[in-house]
Amino acid sequence: MTVTAEPAAELGRPRRRKEDARLVTGQTSWTDNLSLPGMLHLAFLRSPYAHARITSVDVSAARQVPGVVAAFSGADFAAEQGSLPCAWPVTPDIVIPDHPPMATEEVRYVGEAVAVVVARDRYTAADALAAIDVNYEPLEPVLDMRTALDESSPKVHEAGNKSFEWTFANGDVDAAFSGAPVVIERNYRQQRLIPSAMEPRSVLASSVGGDVTLWSATQIPHVLRVMLALVTGIPEQSIRVIAPDVGGGFGSKLQVTAEEVLAILIARKLGRPVKWTESRSEGNMTVHHGRDQWQRIRIAADSDGRVRGLSVDLLADMGAYLMLVTPGVPLLGAFMYPAIYKMDAYSFRCTGVFTTKMPTDAYRGAGRPEATFAIERIMDELAAELGMDPLELRERNWIKHEEFPFTSIAGLTYDSGNYEAATARAKELFDYDGLRAEQAERNARGDSVRLGIGVSTFTEMCGLAPSRVLGSLAYGAGGWEHASIRMLPTGKVEVVTGSSAHGQGHETAWSQIVADQLGVPFEDIRVLHGDTQISPKGMDTYGSRSLTVGGMALVGACDKVIAKAKVIASAMLEAPPESVRFAGGKFSVGGGKEISIQEIALATFAAHNLPDGVEPSLDSDATYDPDNFSYPHGTHLCAAEVDTETGMVKIRTYVAVDDVGKVVNPLIVDGQVHGGIAQGIGQALYEEAVYDEAGNLLTTTLADYLIPSAADVPSYVTDRTETPAANALGVKGVGEAGTIASTPAVVNAVVDALRPLGVRDVPMPCTPERVWRAIESASGAAAGSNGGAA
Amino acid sequence: MTQINVTVDGVSYVDDVEPRLLLVHYLRDVLGKTGTPIGCDTSNCGACTVLMDGVSVKSCSVLAVQADGTEITTIEGLANGEWHPLQKAFHEEHALQCGYCTPGMILASADLLRDNPNPTDEQIREGLEGNLCRCTGYEHIVRAVRRAAQAGAGQ
Repeated sequence: MTVTAEPAAELGRPRRRKEDARLVTGQTSWTDNLSLPGMLHLAFLRSPYAHARITSVDVSAARQVPGVVAAFSGADFAAEQGSLPCAWPVTPDIVIPDHPPMATEEVRYVGEAVAVVVARDRYTAADALAAIDVNYEPLEPVLDMRTALDESSPKVHEAGNKSFEWTFANGDVDAAFSGAPVVIERNYRQQRLIPSAMEPRSVLASSVGGDVTLWSATQIPHVLRVMLALVTGIPEQSIRVIAPDVGGGFGSKLQVTAEEVLAILIARKLGRPVKWTESRSEGNMTVHHGRDQWQRIRIAADSDGRVRGLSVDLLADMGAYLMLVTPGVPLLGAFMYPAIYKMDAYSFRCTGVFTTKMPTDAYRGAGRPEATFAIERIMDELAAELGMDPLELRERNWIKHEEFPFTSIAGLTYDSGNYEAATARAKELFDYDGLRAEQAERNARGDSVRLGIGVSTFTEMCGLAPSRVLGSLAYGAGGWEHASIRMLPTGKVEVVTGSSAHGQGHETAWSQIVADQLGVPFEDIRVLHGDTQISPKGMDTYGSRSLTVGGMALVGACDKVIAKAKVIASAMLEAPPESVRFAGGKFSVGGGKEISIQEIALATFAAHNLPDGVEPSLDSDATYDPDNFSYPHGTHLCAAEVDTETGMVKIRTYVAVDDVGKVVNPLIVDGQVHGGIAQGIGQALYEEAVYDEAGNLLTTTLADYLIPSAADVPSYVTDRTETPAANALGVKGVGEAGTIASTPAVVNAVVDALRPLGVRDVPMPCTPERVWRAIESASGAAAGSNGGAA
Repeated sequence: MTQINVTVDGVSYVDDVEPRLLLVHYLRDVLGKTGTPIGCDTSNCGACTVLMDGVSVKSCSVLAVQADGTEITTIEGLANGEWHPLQKAFHEEHALQCGYCTPGMILASADLLRDNPNPTDEQIREGLEGNLCRCTGYEHIVRAVRRAAQAGAGQ
């Protein structure tokens, strides 16, 4: 009884968002907007050293500053602060160092908290930090993961700088490579990124009679609640976590942070609510970073372009500690290197390395953008080596649409897709042949501004995730999602979801899904989320999971409501249940006898004439655990103009054709794709977290860490093809697709523009200086240089 | 402490403020007008943009004392009975996702349209260069400003 026989009224409709009313009028409840009676403000003193032993911390003078209520050092929390959790011990022998929320003996990155002031206002708290006296004994920093594993390297932790090594192999890799006519090897750098959600992190903690409430700008109120209980020992039932309006996350708010734990402990110590909101500079240093890998990738092919095998060896910078899913990020990429291509063999190895930098963790795409970048870059290199068109090479190797479902060499079973259709549509919108002709003409006349065409035929695994698969990968929790439906007496509907939106528009999209399932008007539905007291069960929002997992939980909950209502409808219509039909919100038995589910809600509330043994409630709960990941795919094409004299890159045309399955709300999908593309362009051209040789972060502001503005990105041409996913809604995730696809499309365009000049790679971000250096280095090198300039 | 007279969203206030108090903290912490958010501390992101005597300013880069004698319009005071054409257009074109940059983006757009009631897309992009959005990729924002211009928002 899942989908009614009536035509779906809401699915596919570009509904304007319910969320907007408060957001466009300033009636928002960002955490920093909240205030409680008696509330105090926190300011943290942070380590100026990348690596140092703390020899003393004296907060006594800070306590004397007028307006300061308290000041604490790490020693004050030693007995209760526990260790920040890592939920993904990827191997049995992984090294997971102790990670106290506030450092007590040693600091291991610039920005690590060493003391805190609690004052009546934020200015006083910040001022009083100057009165804290900390003595450090500086230690050697560890800044380059490539030398961190050397015997001679200083150690970040006593156990050494290696956290884990994780491997995967399928097929005979040696056979694939030995005797292969073409073998190409490349080293790619995934630079360190700063997620840069526009809303800085903010927490407000209150403790009343042993019950703790934490408001936090978090993506994961439910996971956070469990983790806070485990870290602090506060009973889970005494912790309530609220994620009010949250201003973007991109993975950066998928974390259990030091400040969240410490705010709770301080509120408990003082018996007063405390608030902390980071400055952007503080956030750039201490919000977990993303990417930061060195990728060695080798591909073996026959001379006609057929890929025989792939071998990947990664170094992944963990930073100073393992945070919530730090070591799991490269694993999410491990399965994606073979991408949409068929091959005989594949091997993968990742070594997780500690350095004295901010820990890395999930950032939009988490592992999959890295993998997609490397495979899509090397496919272009292989095409160049073979003298083939890069799309022709891809088509020779990709899974044909009639071959689905298809199990990749990495062991994933792709349920659906049509790479031919998406590519054909993208080529048409892009005028691929016309641009290739223009490129040839400009190359022939030695134009100083070269045209490059970049290709990215990507797929990804999202919709995290089947709980059994997560278990097999040693993740600490499941990947289900929960929903409940409350039928109110007046026929209105409250939908409670375990997903936790922070910009995605769940209040709107979930209303559309439930409106279709129950046949009630969109306007009659209210979606509740982001508060563990209102939504007691959930796995939250990340990994493009909310629709594919959470949306399916909604369907399950609606099915249960309908089943319960049908029993009551049968009695009210005086007909046997098997003759009662449900469609368009109405139960009917023919002959014009019908009753709406909203009327049944009132009858159930009154409960005067319910059949024997039937409970007076239509409400339902459902938990959905997917049996597979979701595999959106698409073809993105980028045309870039590269000025060979200045190194400036300008994107001229960007076409994205995505297959995200059935679309609930096309406006929201477009928005996700646009924003994702912009973030991927940011990695390709602008963004990099830079540390100096002492381990200081240089990119602490948005003047130094360049996220793209409206003037830096093009207008995108988007379209969709559709192969329905193997779930009842036919939906695939869309939250990360744009970011995964666009980075290689852009860099492939830049390299394609410069290939006639001998350039084989430009390290990201492809700034004017790096582009210029790549050209200079190529023109100075012997022909056939394999690039890797700058 | 210095005494200031400021009109914010049509209401006049007289307050004694520390000379170092930022306008955005005055709005948020003293007046409780939290519709104006803070996104950075270097005046790069533009989330805190308000209109001062009709001209857009980043309220994190203005001292409250500099606002003495001025009229401030925040996102909370933009609607006049009904939503401003820019508020409508941002909603219609789905020009916001998380919405954190939206107050600043809308007020910067208001100033942009006051200067140039019929901007080209390129002029919109350049005009909003000082306002950062991490969600939308700007496509729908450009469309919304164009739509608001067509509705006469800059007239």
